[in-house]
Amino acid sequence: MTPAAPAKWGLRGLAFGYLGLLLLAPVGMIFYKTFEHGLGPPVEAMTSPDALHAIQLTLLMVAVAVPLNTIFGVGCALLLVRHRWWGNGVIDGIINLPFAISPIVVGLSLYLLYGDNGWFGPTLSEWGFQVLFSWPGMVLASIFVSLPFVVRETVPVLHEIGTEQEQAASTLGANGWQTFWRITLPAIRWGVAYGVVLTTARVLGEFGAVTIVSGSISGETETMPLFVAKAFEQFNEEAAYAGAIVLALLALTTLLLMSVGGRKAKASGAPIPSVAEVPAPISTMKEGS
Amino acid sequence: MGIAVEGARKRFGDFQALDDVSIDVPDGSLTALLGPSGSGKSTLLRAIAGLEDLDAGQVVINGQDATATPAQKREVGFVFQHYAAFKHMTVFGNVAFGLKIRKWDKAKTSARVHELLRLVQLDGLAERYPDQLSGGQRQRMALARALAVEPQVLLLDEPFGALDAKVRKDLRTWLRRLHEEMHVTTIFVTHDQEEAMDVAEQLVVMNEGRVEQSGTADDLYEHPANEFVMSFVGEVNRLGEHFVRPHDMEVVLEADERTEEALVQRIVALGFEIRVELLLGDGTEVWAQLTRAELQRLELREGQIAYLRPVQAKSFNGSSPPQTPGASTPQGSVGEGEAERSAAV
Repeated sequence: MTPAAPAKWGLRGLAFGYLGLLLLAPVGMIFYKTFEHGLGPPVEAMTSPDALHAIQLTLLMVAVAVPLNTIFGVGCALLLVRHRWWGNGVIDGIINLPFAISPIVVGLSLYLLYGDNGWFGPTLSEWGFQVLFSWPGMVLASIFVSLPFVVRETVPVLHEIGTEQEQAASTLGANGWQTFWRITLPAIRWGVAYGVVLTTARVLGEFGAVTIVSGSISGETETMPLFVAKAFEQFNEEAAYAGAIVLALLALTTLLLMSVGGRKAKASGAPIPSVAEVPAPISTMKEGS
Repeated sequence: MGIAVEGARKRFGDFQALDDVSIDVPDGSLTALLGPSGSGKSTLLRAIAGLEDLDAGQVVINGQDATATPAQKREVGFVFQHYAAFKHMTVFGNVAFGLKIRKWDKAKTSARVHELLRLVQLDGLAERYPDQLSGGQRQRMALARALAVEPQVLLLDEPFGALDAKVRKDLRTWLRRLHEEMHVTTIFVTHDQEEAMDVAEQLVVMNEGRVEQSGTADDLYEHPANEFVMSFVGEVNRLGEHFVRPHDMEVVLEADERTEEALVQRIVALGFEIRVELLLGDGTEVWAQLTRAELQRLELREGQIAYLRPVQAKSFNGSSPPQTPGASTPQGSVGEGEAERSAAV
């Protein structure tokens, strides 16, 4: 049964209207406001030392947290799907924790653990290792909040591909390592890739947890979302809007790299998953959280 | 030489998949493991390949004890029911996989892959992806992939189970020819007795984790060891303690001391073969297989009374196996037979 034409157009209109009002209008406003007086002001705002430092620090967060969470995520998904034991239920529950806990609570808990009166804090500072108000703490916070994405995207794909291809590879003489690199990883690459995109977007935009552990010191422990928030509070709207645009562009770049990779795979004839199989990376436009 | 399994046992939770199974597969032979689902035939095949660890027992491949050898070192070719194609690789990549693992050089690999693709008649499809092949083509690709590494033995797990009837029939003829050319010791698993008898030189009939009987198709058909084999290999009617093949049921129009009265319920023409379904006085339903000429001579009609004379009957005294599909309920046997026959025509 196909809906009658008026109903169909009504639904389409509703979808566009809803998305336009709630998503496109705010994001569009930022673009408009940023480039209202041409390219000069935003470029100037983004080339100040503090802004450049914030961009660098944000990219450092991505460069450390994303690879770590990807390696852990794929390994953890393999453990959950391929090696069944009673502890899997516990691991599965713990992995969802970052989804359930507000980022600000994550920041507070790290503060409690690594602060001057925390469990690890005093010992670590004795060794001359500063976690809070420094980049290691910010990396910890970023890893915490973005941990579940790769696992959650990879587990269903691993279930779907089953074990027969891996068994076939082993009868053909491949050892576990060869089977993983040549069979398993290529088969789950789409799930992993979307997990990576979601993780990257989450790390780029992380605000709450990082605010607490970083102390938000300009030019030292300020990531882009913190920079944007501070600029906004200080009525430096130009810098706030420009920073928001930079964050959006970074997220878009990640997405773009993904789809370029996808098109290459398509050109070489490898099957790419249908739209229904691919979870859309929804949160990539989320600037702060 | 060949493959020998001694005293294999395997349990999955409460389910005894293999219960003291021993088989002997001669070098270079083509053997079928035949049995209903849950009989343990696939588990046995996977144990030979090293994909399943045995709880007890021994697997010997070409004189070498392989029980503790992992799958990757057993040098077996394994073909899965659902192909297990490497979806992200081309047909060429799939077939070349085992050679790349063995670090063959490019030219040699390419020559070998194309030789195999010619053998399985997929030449020209080397750059396709598995998704772009039909089921039969995918299964031939899987076979070429297994054969590429020149395995000591070839194991096929219901290789034609997922294919439609016509393709299945073509492929089994083709498998038999391939085996004649290659002479690699081959075991294939099937639940289809017609397929097993058509392709294999030797049959091993399994039921509930045990081997019921092994031998040639003729052996099993003519001299079944028990009720289960009699009813699983070929079709059968049960008349009290006696088992009679449908083609050993003679239908006559006049009674004598060896005949039994029966009501002709249904006459089904299946090409050359005519299936006459009859109801006996004690309520047993049986069927007789006649030729078209016989039917015309008898002028049988549905609803009339005729007389049955079993030409050759067997009985198995002593313990009867718990599960005998088709034997105790002839109707079930008729239904199944119909499905298989019409599928094969």
